[in-house]
Amino acid sequence: MGMGLLFDATRCIGCGACSSACKEQNKLPGPVEEVLTAYTWTTLQTREGLNVRRMCMHCEVPTCASVCPVAALVKTPEGPVVYDGQRCMGCRYCMMACPFDVPKYQWDRPVPVIGKCVLCASRIKEGKPTACAEACPAEATIFGKREDLVWEARTRLRQKPGAYVDHVYGLSEAGGTSVMMIANAPFDKLGLKTNLPAEPPAMRTWQVLSNIPDFVAVWGVLLYGVHWITARRETVAHTEAQDSNKEDRS
Amino acid sequence: MNNAGSIASRRFRPGFWSGIAALLIIGFLIVTTIRFTKGLGAVTHLSDQFPWGIWIGFDLLCGVGLAAGAFTLTAVVHLFNLKKFEPIVRPTVLTGFLGYAFVIVALLLDLGQPWRIWHAIVYWNPHSVMFEVAWCVMLYTTVLALEFSPVVFEWLGFPAPARFIHRLITPLVILGVLLSTLHQSSLGSLYLIVPSKLHPLWYSPMLPVHFYISAIGAGIGMVILESYLSGRTFHRHLEMELLEPLARGMVVALGIYGLLRVQAIQRNHAWGAIREFGYEGQMFLLEFTLGVLLPVGLMSFRRLRSNPNWLVGGAFLAVLGFVMNRLNISITGMEAASGTRYLPSAGEIIVSLGLVAAGMVVFAFAVRTFKIFPDGPVSDSRKERT
Repeated sequence: MGMGLLFDATRCIGCGACSSACKEQNKLPGPVEEVLTAYTWTTLQTREGLNVRRMCMHCEVPTCASVCPVAALVKTPEGPVVYDGQRCMGCRYCMMACPFDVPKYQWDRPVPVIGKCVLCASRIKEGKPTACAEACPAEATIFGKREDLVWEARTRLRQKPGAYVDHVYGLSEAGGTSVMMIANAPFDKLGLKTNLPAEPPAMRTWQVLSNIPDFVAVWGVLLYGVHWITARRETVAHTEAQDSNKEDRS
Repeated sequence: MNNAGSIASRRFRPGFWSGIAALLIIGFLIVTTIRFTKGLGAVTHLSDQFPWGIWIGFDLLCGVGLAAGAFTLTAVVHLFNLKKFEPIVRPTVLTGFLGYAFVIVALLLDLGQPWRIWHAIVYWNPHSVMFEVAWCVMLYTTVLALEFSPVVFEWLGFPAPARFIHRLITPLVILGVLLSTLHQSSLGSLYLIVPSKLHPLWYSPMLPVHFYISAIGAGIGMVILESYLSGRTFHRHLEMELLEPLARGMVVALGIYGLLRVQAIQRNHAWGAIREFGYEGQMFLLEFTLGVLLPVGLMSFRRLRSNPNWLVGGAFLAVLGFVMNRLNISITGMEAASGTRYLPSAGEIIVSLGLVAAGMVVFAFAVRTFKIFPDGPVSDSRKERT
């Protein structure tokens, strides 16, 4: 089972240690920006008096990985959706397709790549938590197995029903995500998308793509059949015309 | 000058339009240089909120779509055996090939690292529509080049390879139809993945079918328009006896497409967006009226179809409506979800127009050099002065 993060907005004190730790861990240039960019992979936004983390949600069935033509984005068994900048040719379909608008581009560089949180995949491999979770002084971001985090989130909602909106964001959004959030304000007011279907968007294109082999076989034969019939009709008409000519002459 | 087929003068004479074309192509080269030295951000209005602009919405979606006349006509002539349309196959296949070349150049500009375009051949992800698109572009451009190659072989005086291609024409045309069907529809499938972003006036699970059928309609419109434009340039007459039945086909394709669009809006309960008459509603009405209702309505009358002026007008509307539809899907319909407004930069517009100009210049060159039209290479209309 994959690892993940649980962010509890009611515990966040807004110190920004997570965002700074991320910059340091991933050697990202420049200060922490207010929105996600190719150089700011996580940031805190203040909405409804709450601090909300913005970062890659690391979907269980990631749309970005499904749309990437060269498989530069991949979901690892440990949970992170990682990115291979050496493969990427820069079509930016991942940016278009991501239901959470997470991947960002290096518009200022002649040799650009995508920038997004990779859930400190290298640290997880070493058995360490993500840099942001380790840096959090208030345990607002906690790291763990996704199933444990789901249980933890549900426990908190059950124990203090008035203190939270009764929803674990990321449990089923776009098919579920490895990063989940709980808060005491409606999630759409916190700048999070709430119109996302529970079915992973990748299924919608796979339904079409998986039919291609059948389509090619059936239509290939059909089109050849059409050609055969029309060509045959012409041959027959031609021969009949010749025959009648002969008869005329005889 | 009475013989348009004469080879008397192939000399090119500069005029107003060729001047414009030259300027646009120079502009294209300048913008391209800046784009590859300073990055995409320096010449485009693309952003993290709006990563695809008119280089995708116009150059790619429309370039491919308007090349659809090629597979439609090759199928009509070689598979359905309606040989009377043969005289317009060559210019149509040439347009298709140039359309795809146009798309590839635009892609090379739009991709962040175009020198890695071959990665799609090596690193596979069959779950990606973009992967399908990449393969279709590669394979169908090859098919179009092969379909057109006899013209070049004849000109070079090599009849053997031309005969060889002629013998392979049936499988080649079938392959072309299959690849085109996949490619045209896959451009619609690209947007299947954004149900939460694309406006309900355009989103539909049937998007691949919408793209396919509208491309056939607009592709036929393009064949008519291009006959008209080459007629004007080279003083050729319009082949009305061929174009009138083609316009009938266009009406059928656009009619089916219009019904599918209405059905999709009904399914999405999106009539309210039209009644509100907001930004999206207005753009939709403009697109649907100009691109579907008017051409279908007008071209249903034989009297109008048989009149060259009305015919060209109807074809122009179909093409215009098609371009508006692709821009509405890629830009208008995506703006609300992105939270920004996208307007193309001067650089993006210059590149797109420069590419169109380059396509027209190459087409004119090919028509002067090769036997594209039945009468053979065509000379310039102003040649009477020489």
